[in-house]
Amino acid sequence: MNNRSERLRNILVPILSVLMGFILGAIIMLISGQDPIAGYQAMLKTAFQSPKSIGEIFVTAGPLIFTALGFAVANSAGFFNIGLSGQALCGWVTSIWVALSMPDAPRMVVLPVAVLAGALAGAMAAAIPGLLRAFFGTSEVIVTIMLNYVFLYTSTHIVNNVMSKDLMTNKGVTKVIGENASLRTGFLKELSSGSRLNIGIFMAVIFLVLIWFLMKKTTLGYEIRSVGLNPFASEYAGMSSKRTIVMSMVISGTLAGLGGVVLGLGTFGNFFVQGSSLSIGFDGMAISLLGAGSSVGIFLSAILFSVLKLGGQGMPLRAGVPIELVDVVIAAIIFFVAISYLIRFLLAKASGSKKEVAVVEELVGKSDPTSQEGGKI
Amino acid sequence: MNIALIAVLAPIITQTLVYSTPLVFTALGGTFSERSGIVNVGLEGIMVMGAFSSVVFNLTFAETFGAATPWLACLVGGVVGMLFSLLHAVATINLRADHIISGTVVNLMAPALGIFLIKVIYGKGQTDTITESFGYFSFPILKDIPILGDLFFKQTTLPAFVAILVAILSWFVLFKTRFGLRLRAVGENPQAADTLGINVYVMRYAGVLISGFLGGIGGAVFAQTIAGRFAVTTIAGQGFISMAAMIFGKWNPLGAMGAALFFGFAQNISIAGSSLPVISSIPAVYLQAAPYVLTIIVLVVFLGKASGPKAIGKNYIKSK
Repeated sequence: MNNRSERLRNILVPILSVLMGFILGAIIMLISGQDPIAGYQAMLKTAFQSPKSIGEIFVTAGPLIFTALGFAVANSAGFFNIGLSGQALCGWVTSIWVALSMPDAPRMVVLPVAVLAGALAGAMAAAIPGLLRAFFGTSEVIVTIMLNYVFLYTSTHIVNNVMSKDLMTNKGVTKVIGENASLRTGFLKELSSGSRLNIGIFMAVIFLVLIWFLMKKTTLGYEIRSVGLNPFASEYAGMSSKRTIVMSMVISGTLAGLGGVVLGLGTFGNFFVQGSSLSIGFDGMAISLLGAGSSVGIFLSAILFSVLKLGGQGMPLRAGVPIELVDVVIAAIIFFVAISYLIRFLLAKASGSKKEVAVVEELVGKSDPTSQEGGKI
Repeated sequence: MNIALIAVLAPIITQTLVYSTPLVFTALGGTFSERSGIVNVGLEGIMVMGAFSSVVFNLTFAETFGAATPWLACLVGGVVGMLFSLLHAVATINLRADHIISGTVVNLMAPALGIFLIKVIYGKGQTDTITESFGYFSFPILKDIPILGDLFFKQTTLPAFVAILVAILSWFVLFKTRFGLRLRAVGENPQAADTLGINVYVMRYAGVLISGFLGGIGGAVFAQTIAGRFAVTTIAGQGFISMAAMIFGKWNPLGAMGAALFFGFAQNISIAGSSLPVISSIPAVYLQAAPYVLTIIVLVVFLGKASGPKAIGKNYIKSK
């Protein structure tokens, strides 16, 4: 069934979704009495105004790629990891804590230890919903949503009450980590004329390749994907679905944790109390959906989102458009991806062939009336 | 019971009711949606829209309607919540979207849209504090009952009693009316329901729209009793706690109400606890995290795998 027009539709869906997201943003600007052209011009000008701002695009993209990859891995096993924010937060706090606790150790020691600790923290945070799902059948959606809040409050508690006072500058804000634990380098800073550009984006690209390899070329990746496609058949074929469930969540959490690490050791250099769930969690989910879980797709979507996020900061000043418009556009893009059935259907209709329409209906309409398993939530 | 004890207990009961009311409304909304088979992770976003629209209405019309303003604003919040939930309904019912993704879009969209519009309307990131909020209320006659009157009916919050009434009404509608039977049938086995001539799509729309209406009211009540204004942090997790209350209550309106009352109590304790003896010695983090941790524990211990309506989260595609 994977014919050429279906493949074409697979590429067209995200492109059209982005386009429609922007158009919706323009309509909202028009209705609220603003100039959409000025708004989007301000966005592009701000994002690409200098080598520094271009550097910042990659700074923003690094953590996003990690959380998006994290979502993609869990998703291919059939799970919704909505806990990316919480897992990233665990990675952020842990890596900063470790880095601050070893102020005098050499870089070769601190950096790997801090990165690994952050990754481990994310992995452990995601192992909880994974284990509960595997052994008790508990919905990972609810558990990860709930855990996001648990980790949010815990991180505040750790910073305010657990961390030693000499690691803090103000209440709720830690000191900035030393050179020895930073992901930033003098060379990258110079290259991008003073941006916060750090090796986080390169780590992210390496992991894009690694995860692609893991998912497509290894047994574990094959098992994860087959459990996602049909858990019962996989079990029948001798795969341990319990182990695979936990593994996929742990890998997902590790990646989200690394996203937090890059945010901590690269972007900010410290931790400060968060008022709500980290936005890289939900943005990562959005990026993964837009990129259809593929490495190249995730990379391009992450860059697009970074341009939106950074460019959006210039919109209030240059065009008087509130920055929140960017999040509205992002949400709209994901909405259009979610209703891709409509886009596919219309594209097939436009091609004028009845067979194409049938293909689309067949592909999206996979409801299973015989399944007796309880609902997702 | 002596007067001193009443003086301690009465405000705790009232505050528990204050914090529970938005949760009761929203959890009831969630129950209707999920009973019809549509997962609604978007309750949080729906509450945000309810809070946003009610505060704007309240600020604009406080002088016109006086003390009736918060009640009218609740209706406005409900209607706006309902319109917003239409997004989720169309996406999941007609366009075969994944329920979780669509619900998450609702959650992502609402705060951004709300703050965007607040900035456009007021030129700043949050609104002023409303002047007409739900104050305290004493029931005539009932307040004179000894002890009970002091505890429950004097200087208390009226919306809470409305919420409890709505919960009882919801239970009646879901379990004792033809509409409720059909709604549940659609959530359990849409194919069979369709065969019997029930319009699956219409019932599911009803479920989601009711959830939008009640969720909007929940947000509006929260904004007008607790927050007093609209900002990006006004609704922070209330919708998710409501969802937890719904699961806790096993998709039964009365159970959901009970769970919401409990969560309201927990939230109130975590906020007011610093002035109470024993509780002030517990680190705030435990009290804040308690509702979320409890939800997970209950899910693991009491509910397990087969829970909730059978066809929940599954898109129904009518065969030709």
